[in-house]
Amino acid sequence: MGKTFLGAQPSFPDAARDALLDTQLRSNLRGAMTTIRDKRAAVVAERPDWEQLRDAGRAAKDEALGDLATLLVEFERNATAAGAVVHWASTAEDAVAVVLEVATRHGIREVVKVKSLTTDEIGVNEALREHGIEAKETDLAELIVQLADEHPSHILVPAIHKNRTQIRDLFLDRLPGAPSDLSDEPRDLAEAARIHLRSRFLSARMAVSGSNAAIAETGSLVVVESEGNGRMCLTLPDVLVSIVGIEKVLPRWNDLESLMQLLPRSSTGERMNPYTSIWTGVAPGDGPQEVHIVLLDNGRTNVLADPVGRDALACIRCSACINVCPVYQRTGGHAYGSVYPGPIGAILTPQLLGPGQAESLPFASTLCGACYDVCPMKIDIPSILVHLRNEQSHPRLESAAFAVVAEALRDGTRLRRAGKLAGWGRGAVRLVGRFPLPGVRAWTSSRDLPVPARESFRTWWRSHD
Amino acid sequence: MRIGLFVTCLADVVYPQVGVATVTLLRRLGLDVVFPEAQGCCGQMHVNSGYADLAIPMVRSFVEAFEDCDVIVAPSGSCVGSIRHQHRLVAERAGDSALVARVEETVPRVRELSEFLVDDLGIVDVGASFPHRVAYHPSCHSLRVARVGDRPYRLLREVRGLDLVEQRDAEGCCGFGGTFSVKNSDVSGAILAEKTQSLADTDAEFVTSLDAACLMHIGGGFGKQGNGIRTVHLAEILAGTVV
Repeated sequence: MGKTFLGAQPSFPDAARDALLDTQLRSNLRGAMTTIRDKRAAVVAERPDWEQLRDAGRAAKDEALGDLATLLVEFERNATAAGAVVHWASTAEDAVAVVLEVATRHGIREVVKVKSLTTDEIGVNEALREHGIEAKETDLAELIVQLADEHPSHILVPAIHKNRTQIRDLFLDRLPGAPSDLSDEPRDLAEAARIHLRSRFLSARMAVSGSNAAIAETGSLVVVESEGNGRMCLTLPDVLVSIVGIEKVLPRWNDLESLMQLLPRSSTGERMNPYTSIWTGVAPGDGPQEVHIVLLDNGRTNVLADPVGRDALACIRCSACINVCPVYQRTGGHAYGSVYPGPIGAILTPQLLGPGQAESLPFASTLCGACYDVCPMKIDIPSILVHLRNEQSHPRLESAAFAVVAEALRDGTRLRRAGKLAGWGRGAVRLVGRFPLPGVRAWTSSRDLPVPARESFRTWWRSHD
Repeated sequence: MRIGLFVTCLADVVYPQVGVATVTLLRRLGLDVVFPEAQGCCGQMHVNSGYADLAIPMVRSFVEAFEDCDVIVAPSGSCVGSIRHQHRLVAERAGDSALVARVEETVPRVRELSEFLVDDLGIVDVGASFPHRVAYHPSCHSLRVARVGDRPYRLLREVRGLDLVEQRDAEGCCGFGGTFSVKNSDVSGAILAEKTQSLADTDAEFVTSLDAACLMHIGGGFGKQGNGIRTVHLAEILAGTVV
């Protein structure tokens, strides 16, 4: 596995081809995604004011992204006043260095982790391991992925690519203390993980988390989770390091109102989030006594500089777009080569990495638009995909082909000529369909080639006007 | 009212029966329809493939061709969606403010066929008869870009003898996606396989849609599988021109 998990190659089509061969994966995904999709649809339908909620949430994010420099400084000031230490990290390496420094200073050999995409993005676990420090995931699905020595394949349900039988086998093989007669009942699997994790929580001296929101006016951090493991990590250890992407800042406490309604309904399909932990700096005698907050850029200011692409930073990581994506449903998350898979990943990963990177991802979409419709922040993902496609340079042969076609389609005179040529060439098209040439074979493996009409519509029109 | 037909390049060259059906239908409803011959393609294929600059001449020929039409009717939700959402962006890329202004003036006159019938004409029963089992594929761009809503269903329900069947995951994509079906042909084929299966499970004789491109993809899949289900554009059913 790579150190960081952002835009690892091969290209999407190659990675997807391998994923498609995994029939177990396809069936796991179909089952899990149908369930989660239906749950979301039901709880969203309960809210007649859903569209207003979306607008309110997006407005708060837009305000924050429009004034990020001021708000981040305000956040730093207020968090510092409350007793936290704020660090600024331009890169993944900078952020990881803070975690390492804190751990080393306290002589810590094991840290517990709250499920966090940002820490996966910058490869905290791998970096700590290189220095002899074990990072233990405490979210059930993250634990599964870590035990399997894999990457998460979904931002909300990281082990969605595994079914319960696969998880049972994994636990028997690698989970310390798993009973030898472990069944594949979800309850039994969770219990085995719980017993294992409990001892971890009680002995941990340092935790590493991400954060769902950073409130500028109070200097507070917000962590949203479903299992209570996050709260354990945020209250038991003495030392806490939180890695916060700079786009997570919100101006006001009140902005949580829309966010905390949009997020659970869009992600887990719940009306209310089960565990919401909010803490502000250090409280003597209660919770961590040393709090470090790392404000992470790692490409985000580049995204912000693109007036179209920047909308991707409004993402609240709910995963609704992933759960409705016809492409993700067939390939799963690993094909995207990033901690951010699916539609949001296809626009976020290439932008975080910068020009010339992960260029196959904006093309990993049919532009069906389902992602845009479900996005609680109204991010127009299809339009950003198209925008990013237009920002790239293209292979020379492909460019030449598109130029020829553009010339043929540009106006009526040329299109009439093209229609005539196509009509004459229909025999050739049939022939090509029968003897699949490279390039055409990709299409004809699943579908017949369309054959041009003998007489174009234009020709018909002249005799029927 | 001067009604201009934007036939779309795909219907023009590959599926002329879609254009013929649209003209036949509108004439039967007593309307005079013109086909401005200067029209080319809407440019979507180039915009979506990353060649938006090559679409500039297409946008230009579009606004010029339909300059004197009161309403522009197209038998494709996808092309209408592209005109509505992409022509302005293309014109802006060209840095041509006059073109931007002409696009802004032109776009509100554009209708997808079912929008024109239901909204402008106020007709849901066009007097068609089609005694067959039919599945409707609500193409992604008709549904989520042009946003035609339930108009096609309302039109189909009024067709005499037509048995409109339900399918699993009806609003799911067919996997075409233009350039996607070439660059990611394996994933596209996997999505298509599930789409054709859910359509085949309905025992439909025909699959219809507002978009010839999706029908080309779905029909291409049926052809490969040899299952005998036919694809026809909604205009053909409404015009009674299915042969």
